[in-house]
Amino acid sequence: MFLPHTDADREAMLRTIGVKKIKDLFEGLPGEHLFPELDLPPGVTEMEALAELQHIADANETTGELISFLGAGAYNHYSPAVVDSILRRGEFYTAYTPYQPEISQGTLQAIFEYQSMIVALTGMDVSNASHYDGATAVAEAVNMAYHNFRGKRTKVILSPGLHPHYRETVHTYTVDSNILLEGEETPLDSGPEALIPLIDDNTALVAVQYPDFFGRIHRFRELIEAAHQAGALVAVHVNPLALGLLEPPGDFGADIVTGEGQSLGIPLSFGGPYLGIFATRQQYVRKMAGRIVGETQDARCQRGFVLTLSTREQHIRREKATSNICTNQGLMALAAAIYMSLLGKNGLRQVAELNFHKAHYAAAQIATLDGFELVYDEPFFNEFTVRCPRPVAEINEELLSYDILGGYDLGQTRAGLENHMLIAVTEMVSREQIDIFVDALAEVAHD
Amino acid sequence: MNFPKELKYTRNDEWIRMEGDEGVIGITDYAQDQLSDIVFVEFLVDVGESLEQGKTFAAVESVKAAAEVYMPVSGKIIAVNEDLPDAPEKVNSDPYGEAWMARIKISDPSELDDLLDADGIAKLERDH
Amino acid sequence: MTDLSTSLKIEPTVFELSSPGRQGHSFPELDVPHAEIPKSLLRDDLPLPELAEVDVARHFTRLSQLNHGVDTGFYPLGSCTMKYNPKINEATSRLPGFANIHPLQPIETVQGAIGLMFELQEWLKEISGFAGITLQPAAGAHGELTGVLIMRAYHRARGDDRRVKMLIPDSAHGTNPASSAMSGLEIVEIPSDTRGNIDLAALRAECDETLAGIMITNPNTLGLFDENLRQVCDCVHEAGGLVYGDGANFNAIMGISRPADCGVDVLHFNLHKTFSTPHGGGGPGSGPVGVTDELAAFLPGPIAAIVEEGDDEEPPLYGLVTPEKSIGRIKAFHGHFGVMTRAYTYIMMLGGEGLRAASEHAVLNANYLQARLRDTYKIPYDRICMHEFVAEGHWEDAPDIHALDISKRLMDFGFHPPTNYFPLIVPEALMIEPTETESKETLDAFADALIQIAEEARTQPDLLQTAPHRTPVGRLDEVKAARELVLCCWLPEK
Repeated sequence: MFLPHTDADREAMLRTIGVKKIKDLFEGLPGEHLFPELDLPPGVTEMEALAELQHIADANETTGELISFLGAGAYNHYSPAVVDSILRRGEFYTAYTPYQPEISQGTLQAIFEYQSMIVALTGMDVSNASHYDGATAVAEAVNMAYHNFRGKRTKVILSPGLHPHYRETVHTYTVDSNILLEGEETPLDSGPEALIPLIDDNTALVAVQYPDFFGRIHRFRELIEAAHQAGALVAVHVNPLALGLLEPPGDFGADIVTGEGQSLGIPLSFGGPYLGIFATRQQYVRKMAGRIVGETQDARCQRGFVLTLSTREQHIRREKATSNICTNQGLMALAAAIYMSLLGKNGLRQVAELNFHKAHYAAAQIATLDGFELVYDEPFFNEFTVRCPRPVAEINEELLSYDILGGYDLGQTRAGLENHMLIAVTEMVSREQIDIFVDALAEVAHD
Repeated sequence: MNFPKELKYTRNDEWIRMEGDEGVIGITDYAQDQLSDIVFVEFLVDVGESLEQGKTFAAVESVKAAAEVYMPVSGKIIAVNEDLPDAPEKVNSDPYGEAWMARIKISDPSELDDLLDADGIAKLERDH
Repeated sequence: MTDLSTSLKIEPTVFELSSPGRQGHSFPELDVPHAEIPKSLLRDDLPLPELAEVDVARHFTRLSQLNHGVDTGFYPLGSCTMKYNPKINEATSRLPGFANIHPLQPIETVQGAIGLMFELQEWLKEISGFAGITLQPAAGAHGELTGVLIMRAYHRARGDDRRVKMLIPDSAHGTNPASSAMSGLEIVEIPSDTRGNIDLAALRAECDETLAGIMITNPNTLGLFDENLRQVCDCVHEAGGLVYGDGANFNAIMGISRPADCGVDVLHFNLHKTFSTPHGGGGPGSGPVGVTDELAAFLPGPIAAIVEEGDDEEPPLYGLVTPEKSIGRIKAFHGHFGVMTRAYTYIMMLGGEGLRAASEHAVLNANYLQARLRDTYKIPYDRICMHEFVAEGHWEDAPDIHALDISKRLMDFGFHPPTNYFPLIVPEALMIEPTETESKETLDAFADALIQIAEEARTQPDLLQTAPHRTPVGRLDEVKAARELVLCCWLPEK
C-alpha cells in the first residue's frame, strides 16, 4: 500500500540481485507453514479506513460529551493548540532516538529543556528523559534504590496512598527478587508517620505520593527524617500540575521524585501513551535509569546536546545494566516541555489555582448534601474522597443519563471503601457544570 | 603497549604491584587504550571488605564501553584511591601510577602464581 | 561550565528566551469563590521560563528543523524498521472519540475503544499464530520483561524453581540480557556459527534442567532467518525450557512465516517498527506480547475480551479482564491506546495481502542494496538476507577509517546512517535496513553515496574523519559531555 515499486523497478532489482522472482528470496527459509493465508479483513483505502475508524470512535462517549469528574491518575485537562501543532511536525515525530546527535539537535535540545523544567518544577538536581508512565517510574525508583545499596538492603516501604496501579506494578516487577514490600496495609486514616515504625536498617526506600491517590496533601518531613536517619532513600511521586502551587519535594528532602506527566498537556487517550517523570539528586545521577541528555560542544565551539552517561544503559551494559529501558516517551516529554514553556511560571500557577478552587467549591457544595460526606480532613489539591449514600457504580450509572461522568469507585481498590467516590475537578469544568453535578448527586442519592 | 616488568597481571588486564604482604591494583595500559577516554570510575566495595580473587571491586566507564575490574588475588581492601573518581582521565594518562585503584592485604600469596608476568601478558592472544 | 557558556548557540533554550512577565497561554477567570490555601503548603518560587506563544511556536519549530526524520530522508537503521509513518494514522488516533476518553470510564461508554483493542489483539494473533496476547507493554523492552516474567511464572507454577538460566545468542540486542537480568535470571551467551545461525552444539550443551529458556530474534540481527530454527526450539523444549522471540525483525516475515508455527512460545511485537507507528524521537512505542495457549493464563492484565456474547440483534459487550494466573500489571491502565489506534489503522488498510507485500518488498529492498554494495563493502555473512544485512565499515587499505567515520560522512549526503557497532559479533558493523517504503531511486542514491565514501576513505580520509560537514553541528565531544556533566539549563546548587 505504501510501496513505491513499479513492475519495472522490481524487474531491475531482481536482475541485480540475481534471482527471477521475489519468492526466490525466501527459498532458503526452513520448514513448513510458509506463506500462510492470513485470516484478516481485506485491505481498504485511506478513505474507507477513516470512515470505519470514525464509526468506531463514535461508539465512545467522550469528555467533550460528558461533564467529567473522573481522575484517579489520569485527568481531563486542557491542552493548548500549540502543543499538538508542534507534535505533528514530521521532523519531531518521525525521528528515531537521537543516537546520531549531529542530525538530532531538535530532539536533544527539546529533551534537555524538558529535563531542566522538571528540575525547576520538582526542586531536584537532575531529571532523565522520561519513563513509560508514573507506575513504571515508581518501579524504577524501587530498582534504583535496591541497586544503590547493592542488594544489601531489601525492604521497600510503599505508602497505601500510592496509586493501586503503581503498587501492583511494583509487585509484578519485584516478584522474582528478594525485595520485601511492606506498608500497603497501613490504615488510610493514619498519616505518613504510621510508616515510621516499619523503617529499619534493612530499608532501601520509602515511597509516597503527593497528593496521594485519595487526593490528600500530606506533610512528609517527619517521615523523611526518620528514613534518612536509618540510611534509607525516599521517593515522592507527584502530580506535576499540583507543583504549580505546592512546595516541591526537592525542598523537603526527597531523594527521588517520580511523577505522571499526563497532566502536562497530554490527552487522556484511554490510558496512554503517558509520561513517566523521574528526577533525583546529583549524587545519584549515575544510578538513574533511562536516557539523559547533556550539553557539550563541537570542534567549532558550537553548543550541542548529546545522549550521555550511556554506559549505564542496556545497549552497552547489557545484563549489567540496572534497567532494560530503551524506547521511552520522547514525544510526550516534548509535549510536556511545550506545555510548561507556554504556560510558564505564572500560567502553571494559574491552572493549578483553578483546579484547587474549583475542587474546593465542589467539595463544599457536596458536603451540604444529605447522605454525602467528605471523608478526610487533610488539605487536598484537585481531588477528594466522598462517602456516598449508595454504591458508587449505581450512582455513576444514573449520572450518565445526566451526561455526567462520575468519580472513581474506590470500593474496587480497598476493603472498607465501599460507597466511596474519588472526585476530580479540573479547569475544564465550569461553575455551572459543578452545580449541575451537585444537583444530580442530590437527585440520585436515593434509589 | 607498556607492561612494567615488576608487576604481575591478570588475563582481564588488571595489574598488581606487591609491597610485602600488601598489593596495589589497577588496570593496564592496554585496557585504558581499548576503553578509550575514561569518564567514570566507581568503587563497588568499602574499605575493610574482603573479596575473593576474581570478584568485582570497581567499575570503569568510557563513552562507549563499561568494564568491571576484578580482584587479581583474594584480600582485604585497605584503601581505595579517593582522588580517582574526580579525575578519571588519569586512568588513560597514568594507569600504573596515579590511577592506582585499591590497596589490599592479600590473604593467599599462592594465588600470585596464577598471574602472568610482563612477558606473559605482552604475548597474550587478544580477540581484537 | 565557563567553557560551555562561551560556545556559539544555534538556538537559545527556552530559559535563554525567557523574559519576565511573558505568558504564552491564559485561562478563563476563576468562576467560583476562592478557597483558602494553607500558606505552609505553597511553594516560594517556580523557576519556569516565561515566553509569549509566538516565541514558543517559533522556538520549537526551529528546533524541529535541526532534526532528520523519516519525513525528511532515508533512515536505514538496522532493526529499527524506520518505514514511512502514514499520515492517516495521525488523523485517526486524534479523533476525539479516541483522544478524549478516560481509561476508567464505565465499559458501556467505551465499547468502541475496547472493541478496537479486542480486534487488534485478534489480528496480531492471526499474524503471528499465537493464542493469547496482551497490548499492555509500553515498548519492546517492556514486552521483553513481560515475556521473561511470564516464563518465570510458568516454571514457578509447575513447582520448578531450578530454572534460572536464560540463553541469549551473541548477536542479541542489549535489551534481551538486560530484561532477563531484571527478572533475576543468569545469562549464558550462545555463539553464532559461521553461517550466522545459533550454534547448535553450544546450545545443546546448555540444555539442562536449569534452563528457563532462550531469547531469540528471528530473523536475527544479521538479517538472517535461522536455518535451524526448528531444531533450536525442539532442543529447548525437550529440556523443559521456553522459547522467547524478540519481534523486532517481524517486518521480514509478515504473511510469510508465523513465529508460533516455528515453535516460539512467547513473542513481543514492536508496533512502532513493524506496524508503522512513529518513533517519536524516542517513543512512545508499544510492545504487545503474544503467547501460546499454555501461557495465556499468565498474561498481564487487563486485556480486552468479550464479556457478553452478542447475537443477531446485539453486538457483543467488550470488557477488560485479568487472566486467572496473571503476572499482574506491568504499568498503569491498559497500554498505549494512542499507538494501538495507529497500528490498527495500518493493518486495516493493508490487510493480509498488504502485510505480506510489505515484508516481501522489505526483503527485496535489502537484497538489492546488499547486491549493489557487496563489491565495495565486506559482507561477512554473504547470502540472501532478509529485511536487513550487516556490512563491515572497514578496509585493510584504509586502516584509519572506521564505521563511525563512514556514518558521519553519510550525513553530508542527507542520509541518516545505519546502525553502528551492532551486532557486536561483526567488527565495525553497519546494520542496514531500508524497509519496504523506499523507492529504487533512494536505494541507488544511498548505494552511490556509500561507494563514493569508500573511494574517499582511500583518497581523502581526512574528509571522513572530520565529517559531518553539512549538519547544524559538527562531531560533538561526547567525552566532555560525560566528564563535565551539564544535564540542565543551569547547574544545580550544591
